[in-house]
Amino acid sequence: MSDTQRGDTTTDRAETDADVESDEEGYEPRDVFDSTTEMDLRAGADNCTKVGTCDAECPVAEVNDDFPGPQFQGPEQWRLSQKGEVEIDDSITECSNCLQCDSGCPSGVPFSEMHNTARAKYVLEDQPLSIKKIRNRILANYRTSAWLASKLPRTANFFMNNGAVRWLMEKTMKIPSEREFPEFATQTFREWWAERGGEATSKERAREARAERGGAHVQSDEKRIAYFHGCYSNYNTTEVAKAMVRVYESLGYEITVPKQKCSGTPMFANGRVDDARRHAKVNVEHLGNAIEDGYDVICTCSSCSLALRQEYPDLFDLEGIDELAAHTYDAMEYLRIHEDLEAELAGAEAEEFPDVAYHAPCHSRNQGLGRQAVELFEDVDGVTVTDVGDSCSGISGTYGWKEEKYETSMEIGEEMFEHMAEADAEHGMTECPTCSMQMEHGTGYEIHHPMQLLDTVLT
Amino acid sequence: MAIDSDVLVIGGGIAGLSAALSAARTGADVRLVSEAETTLHHASGLLDVLGYPPNADGDGPVVDPFDAIGDLPDSHPYAIVGAGTVRDGLAMIDDVLGETYHGSHTDANALVPTHGGTVKPTARYPAGVTAGLASDDRDILLVGFERLTGFDAGVAADHLEAAGIPAETSAATVEFPIVVRDDAKVTRYAHLLDENPTVDGAGSDRRVRAALADAVEPSVGEAERIGFPAVLGVDHPAAIRDELEDRLGAAVFEIPMGPPSVLGGRLEDRLYAALDDAGGQIESGGGPIVDFDAEGGMISAVYMDRSGSQIPYAAEQYVLATGDVAGGGIDSDRDGVTEPIFGCHVPHPDDRYEWFEGEAFGEHAFAEFGVVVDDALRPMDEGGTPEFANLRAAGAVIGGYDYPAEKSASGVSIATGYAAGRRAAREG
Ligand SMILES: Cc1cc2nc3c(=O)[nH]c(=O)nc-3n(C[C@H](O)[C@H](O)[C@H](O)COP(=O)(O)OP(=O)(O)OC[C@H]3O[C@@H](n4cnc5c(N)ncnc54)[C@H](O)[C@@H]3O)c2cc1C
Ligand code: SF4
Ligand code: SF4
Repeated sequence: MSDTQRGDTTTDRAETDADVESDEEGYEPRDVFDSTTEMDLRAGADNCTKVGTCDAECPVAEVNDDFPGPQFQGPEQWRLSQKGEVEIDDSITECSNCLQCDSGCPSGVPFSEMHNTARAKYVLEDQPLSIKKIRNRILANYRTSAWLASKLPRTANFFMNNGAVRWLMEKTMKIPSEREFPEFATQTFREWWAERGGEATSKERAREARAERGGAHVQSDEKRIAYFHGCYSNYNTTEVAKAMVRVYESLGYEITVPKQKCSGTPMFANGRVDDARRHAKVNVEHLGNAIEDGYDVICTCSSCSLALRQEYPDLFDLEGIDELAAHTYDAMEYLRIHEDLEAELAGAEAEEFPDVAYHAPCHSRNQGLGRQAVELFEDVDGVTVTDVGDSCSGISGTYGWKEEKYETSMEIGEEMFEHMAEADAEHGMTECPTCSMQMEHGTGYEIHHPMQLLDTVLT
Repeated sequence: MAIDSDVLVIGGGIAGLSAALSAARTGADVRLVSEAETTLHHASGLLDVLGYPPNADGDGPVVDPFDAIGDLPDSHPYAIVGAGTVRDGLAMIDDVLGETYHGSHTDANALVPTHGGTVKPTARYPAGVTAGLASDDRDILLVGFERLTGFDAGVAADHLEAAGIPAETSAATVEFPIVVRDDAKVTRYAHLLDENPTVDGAGSDRRVRAALADAVEPSVGEAERIGFPAVLGVDHPAAIRDELEDRLGAAVFEIPMGPPSVLGGRLEDRLYAALDDAGGQIESGGGPIVDFDAEGGMISAVYMDRSGSQIPYAAEQYVLATGDVAGGGIDSDRDGVTEPIFGCHVPHPDDRYEWFEGEAFGEHAFAEFGVVVDDALRPMDEGGTPEFANLRAAGAVIGGYDYPAEKSASGVSIATGYAAGRRAAREG
C-alpha cells in the first residue's frame, strides 16, 4: 500500500506526505515497544481500591457477561503481567477503548495508559497472526486507506458500498456488511484549503472580519489557530472542517493548517502503539512549530484532541509533547474561553437545524466537554437541543467495524438509539465522526457537528 | 475572556450540589465544576443529619438530631449556620427528591438495616428502604443472591436479630434468574431488572422479575416484608418493587450496599437532573481547579487544569466544596496540612504524631481537618480574617467536626451548601 502512495507525488503535499509514509519499511517496532513497557504504572495500579465503579461504568461489561471488565483489564492484568510469563488475556480485544472506566475511577487509576500498553504487548507478543490481526492493522491505519481512496473518491464510494464487494469483505476481512462505509469527499479539505489560497486568504478574511467588528488591527498576534483536522474531516466530512474555518475567520482568527498525520486513536485502540508513535512524532514536530509561532492548536474530532492532550504525554516521551498538550483545545472549548459566545449568539436564529438530538462522545466527556454544546445552543432561538444522555454510542472508532464486535456495538448503542427516537428531533449532533456514523446507522438521522450549527448561526 | 457565571461552585459532591441548587433556585447564573465523577455514587444513599453526639463515648444513637444541635460546640458547622438553616437546607432537598425519599414526616432519626446487618440512624432514606425500618415489628425475610458479593442474607439476619430488632428474621439465598458471571457488579443486576428481559430456557417466556419472585416464593413463610440488596433497578425502582410486592404478597424493601452503590447512583442522577432543571450549568470530569487570580482580596478567576491546558473560569462569587482529605479538598503531607487551591489556612497539630491516635477507630485529629469559617461561611486565615471576601466553603472541606463518628456527613454538606449557595447568590 505504501508503494502505491509513494508512486503518486503529483503535488507538493503528496510528496511530503509520502516522505513521511516512506519510513514505514525500515521501521523496527520492538525499539519503540521496549520504551513503552518500561513505563512504571505500579503507583497507578496500587491506587485501585477495588470499589468497582469502573466495572459499573463499562458499557461492554454491561452487555457482555464474558468480558471481565476494566478492573481486571487494567490494574489486575497489569499486576499479573509484571510477574512475568503471563500472557495478556484475549479479552483485551473486547475492550472498546471508550475510556468510561478512566473517567469513572475515583482513585485516578490510569486506565488509558494501562489498556494501551497491554494492547501493544498483546498485538506484538501474544496475538496469533490471523485475518483479524491483519484487518485490525488496516483499520488502525485508516489514514492510509483514506488517503488512497481520496485519490479516486467516486470509485471508492461505489466499490465500498457495493453489495458484492461488501459480502466479500465480510467473508475475507471480517468487516460487517451491515455497515455503510463513510463517503469519501470528492475534494479533500486540504485540497480545498490550498485552492482557496491557504494561510494568506485566511489572514485576509480574518482581518476583514476584525475590521468589520470594530477592532481594525492589521496584525493579530492573539487570534491565531493551527487546525489539526485529523483524517476524518480531511477525507470524509470536509464540511465540518470548512464550517470551522468560516466560524473562526468570521470571529477574526487567522488559521494555519500544518502538515500532520493521524492522531493515532485507531492505532492505540488496535494495539499499534508503534505506528501511533511514528505519526505522533510528525504531529508534535509540526504543530510544535506552529505553537512556537504563537498559534494554539484546535481539533474538531474529540478523539483527536484526547490523543494530543492526554494519550501522547501518557505514552510517549517526545520533545515538545507537553507543550503540545497544553496548547491543544477542542474547537468549541477554545471559542468559549476566548470569545463571548453567549453575546455572539444572543438574538441569533437558526433555521436549518431546528431540533437536534445531541450525543456527547465518550472522548468528549472524558475531557469534561460533554455538556458544552447543549449549554451553548440552549439560548439560540429556533434550536432545541435534546441531550440523549450519557450512554455510549457503542461504535468506539474501529470497534464496531469488526464483524465479531458488530452485535455488541449495536447492543451498547441501543439506549442511545432509543433516546434519539424519543427525542422528537430530525437532526443529530455530535463531535465524534465515528459516533456520528453509529447514530446515522442506528436511527437514520442526519448527523451534524456543533461547528456546522455554529456556522449557520454566526456566518 | 473566561467562562463566566455569577456563582461558581467547585466540587460536585452533595455539598457542591446543594450550593449550586440553592443559588440557582434564587435565579442566579450558576456553574458547577467538578474534577472527577462525583463521590455520590459510592455513598449509601442515606442522608444523615446527626446519628451520634460528638465525643459520644458509647452514648447511643441520637433520637432527634434537631434537638441535639443546640448542644453542639460553637465551632460545629451546624452551630455556625443554625438549626433553622439545617431545616431549610433539608427542605430544599426534600422538595427536589419528592416521592423518591422518605423521612421528612418526623424530626426523629429512622433506623435503617444495612448490608452488614447493623442498624443505622439516619434522617432521610430512599423510598425503597422504607418497609425495612428496624422499628417496624413485621417479620422479615432477607434475600441474597448466590453470586452477589457484599451481602450475605444469613449473616445480616443474625446480626439484625442480635441487634434486638422487634421482628422475627429469616434468610434465603437464591440464584438470580439470569445467571450473571461470578463477579458481576450490582449495576448489572439492576439493569437486568430494569429491562426485564425474558429468561432463556425451560421453555417458558417468563421475565426476570417474575422469575425472581418465583425463586423467592418458597421461602416467604410468615414474613410480611422481604429485603433485597439494593439492586432493584436504576431507572424503574418503584415499578420493580411494585411488581415484586404484587407477586410475593409482601412488602419489599432494599438494603443499602457498599460502593458502587445503586442507591447512591440514583441520588446522584436525581440531584444532577434537578440542578439541570433549575438552570445550573454542570461540567464534570474535565480536571481539577488548580489556581486562581485575586485582586484586592477578591478572587477574580480560577483555572482548571485540563490535561495541561489552563482553562479560566470567572465569577462574582465562589463556593469551595471540594471535600476533605479523601475527596481531595484538603492536602496533607510531611510539611503539613493545606487547602490546595486557595491555600486557605487549615489548623492542625505541628507534630505529625498527634494527627492519629493509637487505635484505628480512635478520635483522630485528621478526621476533623478542614478550613475554619466565619458566620458567613468564608474560610478565615490564622488571625480570623476572611481569606477572600467572595469565597465561601461548604461540606467536608470545613473542619471542626468528625462526620464519620457523628454520622452527620450529608446533613452538614446540605446545610452548609444551602447556606453558602444562597449567600453567594445574594451577593453575586
Ligand atoms: C462510601 C461512602 C459512603 C457514604 N455513606 C454515607 C451515609 O451513609 N450517609 C451520609 O450522610 N453520607 C454518606 N457519605 C458521605 C457523603 O456522600 C459525602 O461524601 C459527604 O457529605 C461530603 O460531601 P462533600 O460534597 O463535602 O465532599 P465530596 O463528596 O468528597 O465531594 C468533593 C467533590 O469535589 C471534587 N473536587 C475535589 N477537588 C477538586 C478540585 N481541585 N477541583 C474541582 N473539583 C474538585 C471531587 O471530585 C468531588 O466531586 C458517604 C460517602 C462515601 C464515599
Ligand atoms: S475503555 Fe471502555 S470498554 Fe474498555 S474497559 Fe474501559 S470502560 Fe470498558
Ligand atoms: S482519530 Fe482523528 S486522526 Fe485518527 S482516524 Fe479518527 S479522525 Fe482521523
